[in-house]
Amino acid sequence: MIWAAFKLSLLVVSVATFFISVLGTAFGFLLAKRDFHGKELCDSLLTLPMVLPPTVTGYYLILLMGRRGLLGQYLYQWTGWTMTFTWEGAVLAAGIVAMPLMVKSARAAIESVDPRYEIVSRTFGKTEWETFFRVTLPLASRGILAGIVLSFARALGEFGATLMVAGNIPGKTQTMPLAIYEAVISGQDRQARLLALILTATSVAVIYLTNVLTRAKKAA
Amino acid sequence: MLIAVICLAGCRRQLPGREEKTGGGEIVVAAAVSLKDAFSEIARLYEARSGVRVIFNFGGSGELEKQIEFGAPADVFASAGEREMDELAGKGLIVEPSRADFVKNRLVLIVPNSSQLSIRSFADLERAQAQRIAIGNPLTVPAGHYAEQALESAGLWKKLHDRLILAEDVRQVLEYVIRGEVDAGLVYLTDVEIAHGKVREVGEAPEGTYGPIRYPIATIRGSKRLFAAKRFVQFVLSADGQNVLKKFGFVPVE
Repeated sequence: MIWAAFKLSLLVVSVATFFISVLGTAFGFLLAKRDFHGKELCDSLLTLPMVLPPTVTGYYLILLMGRRGLLGQYLYQWTGWTMTFTWEGAVLAAGIVAMPLMVKSARAAIESVDPRYEIVSRTFGKTEWETFFRVTLPLASRGILAGIVLSFARALGEFGATLMVAGNIPGKTQTMPLAIYEAVISGQDRQARLLALILTATSVAVIYLTNVLTRAKKAA
Repeated sequence: MLIAVICLAGCRRQLPGREEKTGGGEIVVAAAVSLKDAFSEIARLYEARSGVRVIFNFGGSGELEKQIEFGAPADVFASAGEREMDELAGKGLIVEPSRADFVKNRLVLIVPNSSQLSIRSFADLERAQAQRIAIGNPLTVPAGHYAEQALESAGLWKKLHDRLILAEDVRQVLEYVIRGEVDAGLVYLTDVEIAHGKVREVGEAPEGTYGPIRYPIATIRGSKRLFAAKRFVQFVLSADGQNVLKKFGFVPVE
């Protein structure tokens, strides 16, 4: 149970963090550097999962992606597959809940990049893409890295929305927080303590590692 | 943060007589979620008679048992299974003489009302059609514990194992079936009525293959409102209380 939950948590959180990093940075860039109608509304919607109770976020996801959900019903008709009660559902739940931390960090980091560098880059005939990857991104990398770590940690601890969307199935969707909950409720105190310890150690290790990495970068 | 909360708790302590003053007061009843509708009505009758307000904490019986064990305030515990009550009794947390079984229930197989699948009995579950079958988590939910026993007796437990969706209480199983997220589920007979025609009962676990499902009730040791708590238990066991339970489909204990 412990090993299965640990492996599953790592899988779910890695995949979720990958998508969060890419999408979150893209959203952050759009919000920081582009002007379009409803920009602040966009930002509010992307931030919403941070302030809503995760169970509410989970409930929305079920209404949207459930077997009879707004989009989920078509997915089910075409593929016979539904996101609920699958590890992919857990990825979606963790990803949506942790996304705001990434978007906020990325937006702030990209906004703080002095636009003159980007203008210079374009003056030298570099394309938008080159400018983004070779100027903006490196200059914003510390804030973006911080966003990745924060969202990783948030995804690792996700409980409420995951329970709603993916359920609590040992070996399939039972991530570490859910396994801890079950162990406590069913009186398996030793397992609960061990799981809690592993989860805490993992979180500390990740945060410590990031701090070390960012310090090293700053010094360089 | 921690210090702030401790300070808040300290403030509460400095208000002596507050609890006595709100006097006629209230009792906290921790009850299995399958009792939700019947107990809410019983509470209305009890409140009208006794002037004591009933505050409910509904949940999976295993979850409630742990909460009480960890010191959650409760004056009465009504469980959907003997196992959870035995756990509390073993730890000396209930008033033994107050313990009594007050209703029985049955385990039934339900499908969403709009289901196109031809699931008509337990045996049909084995066929591939039923891809997802919801039951309560056998570790913490009595209905799930009974479901495991029934499926085990029918020789289906191992075969169905990969298709089982575990819920945190029996009403969650019902929700999954109502929403059509699962193809079938195992709930109490009394839950079917609550769903107002959104689910169909298609079979019943043969008697003797599980349970029996008996709901025990008891007052909690250390309750500050033991008198009111005892009266609530007595009311549940009285003819009036039993009538309400019967109305919601529960079977009286003879």
